[in-house]
Amino acid sequence: MTENGWLQIGLFALVVLAVTKPFGLYLHRVFEGERRPLPRVLGPLERALYRLCGVEPRREHDWKGYAFAMLIFSGLGVVVTYAIQRLQHVLPLNPQGLGPVAPDLAFNTAASFATNTNWQNYGGETTMSDLTQMAGLAWHNFTSAAVGIGVALALARGLTRHPGPGGARTLGNFWVDLVRSIVYVLLPASVVVALVLVALGVPQTLSAYRELTTLEGLKQVVALGPVASQEAIKELGTNGGGFFNANSAHPFENPTPLTNFLELVLIFSIPAALTYTYGKMARDTRQGWAVFAAMAVLFLAGVGIAYRAEAQANPALAGLACDHRAGNLEGKETRFGVAGSALFATVTTGTSCGAVNAMHDSFTPLGGLVPLLNIQLGEVIFGGVGAGLYAMLVMVILTVFIAGLMVGRTPEYLGKKIEAREMKLAMLYVLIFPLLVLVLSAWAAVAPYGASSLGNAGPHGLSEILYAYSSQAGNNGSAFAGLSGNTRFWNVTGALDMLAGRFLMIVPVLAIAGSMVGKKVVPAGPGTFPTNGATFTVLLIFVILIVGALTFFPALSLGPVLEHFAALHGRVF
Amino acid sequence: MRKVIELRRATPLPLPAPPPPAAPGLREHLVPAVRATIVTLVLTGLAYPLLVTGLAQLLFPHHARGSLAVDDKGAVVGSELLAQRFASPAYFQPRPSAAGEQGYDPLASGGSNLGPTSKKLRDRATAEVERLRRENPDAAGPVPVELVTTSGSGLDPHLSPAAALWQLPRVAKARQVPEARVRAVVEDAVEARDLGLLGEPRVNVLLLNLALDRRLGAPASPAAGPPAAGRPE
Repeated sequence: MTENGWLQIGLFALVVLAVTKPFGLYLHRVFEGERRPLPRVLGPLERALYRLCGVEPRREHDWKGYAFAMLIFSGLGVVVTYAIQRLQHVLPLNPQGLGPVAPDLAFNTAASFATNTNWQNYGGETTMSDLTQMAGLAWHNFTSAAVGIGVALALARGLTRHPGPGGARTLGNFWVDLVRSIVYVLLPASVVVALVLVALGVPQTLSAYRELTTLEGLKQVVALGPVASQEAIKELGTNGGGFFNANSAHPFENPTPLTNFLELVLIFSIPAALTYTYGKMARDTRQGWAVFAAMAVLFLAGVGIAYRAEAQANPALAGLACDHRAGNLEGKETRFGVAGSALFATVTTGTSCGAVNAMHDSFTPLGGLVPLLNIQLGEVIFGGVGAGLYAMLVMVILTVFIAGLMVGRTPEYLGKKIEAREMKLAMLYVLIFPLLVLVLSAWAAVAPYGASSLGNAGPHGLSEILYAYSSQAGNNGSAFAGLSGNTRFWNVTGALDMLAGRFLMIVPVLAIAGSMVGKKVVPAGPGTFPTNGATFTVLLIFVILIVGALTFFPALSLGPVLEHFAALHGRVF
Repeated sequence: MRKVIELRRATPLPLPAPPPPAAPGLREHLVPAVRATIVTLVLTGLAYPLLVTGLAQLLFPHHARGSLAVDDKGAVVGSELLAQRFASPAYFQPRPSAAGEQGYDPLASGGSNLGPTSKKLRDRATAEVERLRRENPDAAGPVPVELVTTSGSGLDPHLSPAAALWQLPRVAKARQVPEARVRAVVEDAVEARDLGLLGEPRVNVLLLNLALDRRLGAPASPAAGPPAAGRPE
């Protein structure tokens, strides 16, 4: 560990803190304000899109309507991306003449991008044509991020609106949220960021790959493509699907430490800002900051542990006569070093981004435990675009309920009573994720067609399985990539894992929103537990940790924890 | 379009009561869903990347086309951003690569993904230490660990200054020049941290080797060095 490493981490935290309020205010203006920003430039585009989509923007949906619209739109997205992959050999913009993607892989990939997961069982440079990358995949990077924002807004509206008796119990219009996310946030920011990335070295071309002869006379084929446009939205939308197999470790996706820093800030920007937006919607910004603080504490703890672990020598190499002062560099890039890699790993897994700038599979046991645990805590450490806020708000409801039990009062949040129906839905939400992860992991671990894909033996193999299903159910998309996921078993179970981890969890969230929106608001009394202070933040952190630890500790102790102790004894497998 | 704008101006705040909420149903949402699918796909999947491609090619053609590096004769010899194999003792060598079977293959970017208790990783690094010791008998100090570890991309174009300087005695000997002259080239090639803070100081291996050739002349027979394990044809 170096002073400089901590400085980089500290600078990053300060920049995120600094953008949260202004960007959060901007988002509030876009989605809840009467007058949206840049009305002359973006207003006409917004209205044109409503007309083209046949949408009446002032008509709002109740929770079922919102859920229907979201599910139909996402379902169509899966079908279209599946079709583009299967037909890429006859479609334009395929300079390398790549063939159609196999059915099971195409299904996995379509599910992956429609769910904002961007799990990749393929290497982009040898599998996907430029058209597939742009229209099949990067398109979802916009829409799946917009869907996440929409669901978060719907839940926030459910908690903060006061329609009164006889008022409409609506949560907003799905199509309006979708269009505004794209027009006012994702698209303009992506254009600017993509050009900045090109200025810093990222390629952006539709030409064929470049064949050349190296200085020593060897042949090398340089894979190229529309990389920058994909990279920008990949980080901003917390998608994480790399243009290349090596993702953001690839020098074309992430050429300098400066691009690395930019990508890191982009990943956190919307999830962090949405906490402020939420506070504005609740008419008490401290409600937003309380949530932000819980996320920040968990993030800082994670990055500290990961950096400390990765700054040690790799246990497999510890006996070798090397200079180990640089830390564990297996799977890491020189330009980022250990600090930049540990920071990226924590950021990308705390959010459901899943881009990687270093190979998590080669992290030390405890360094690799941090990303895995971040995912298993439910993607609430800022979390995915939108997904982080709604996941965190479910944890907030759980916390309020537990606090209510402790003082023996009916729990209430923002003046609204939390009752049996909401708690059942919240528990459903909390239980789906571990059910998916643990059942599928157990299946893969005992089935020969599951375990044969492992890239490492011993406890690390179990970690690879756990990571794969956690990452897919959590819609993260990063991997312990030694696992070869491109088999029929892994493609199909993974796709189902991702679809269930997204939509089976969004529907209860919208149902909670629907049941909360019509509730009477009770003025705060002396017995009300305040949810906008430090006490609540601490309680929230403990609830998140306890739920996560109780669920996954047994499995983790057989994976990374066991490996840690094996490594201490110098064991290799 | 004009009509819409007029409507908006003419409407005083607060807005009149919005229409009743849409009834849930497949038909109600199917038409907007199909149309939104097409519209967003064209806008974000085609118009956006094509616009960025046009602007990038116009504003930053060198980067947009892959930062290709040329030698003195103007021949393209690689991308500044991608590592390539150097086996000759007269060139600085990049970190080992797990990209493709032979390494350094931009069509197969990626790391070894070997875990921290992997016997394969220990064996591979042990062999690598032995090779480096054999090829660098005059090197000072233990082997920097980055020279025996593969990067995340397999295409890491950089070395830390320490890992470059560790190879310096071998390069100087193979080129039959004093170490000080090679050291000067290396020191000129060191890139500082971005903004003085971000990332790590580093040396781009391809640019360093091009600078060596430019300032000290090309080595006698570039490909005649002791072959490392498995060279591509």
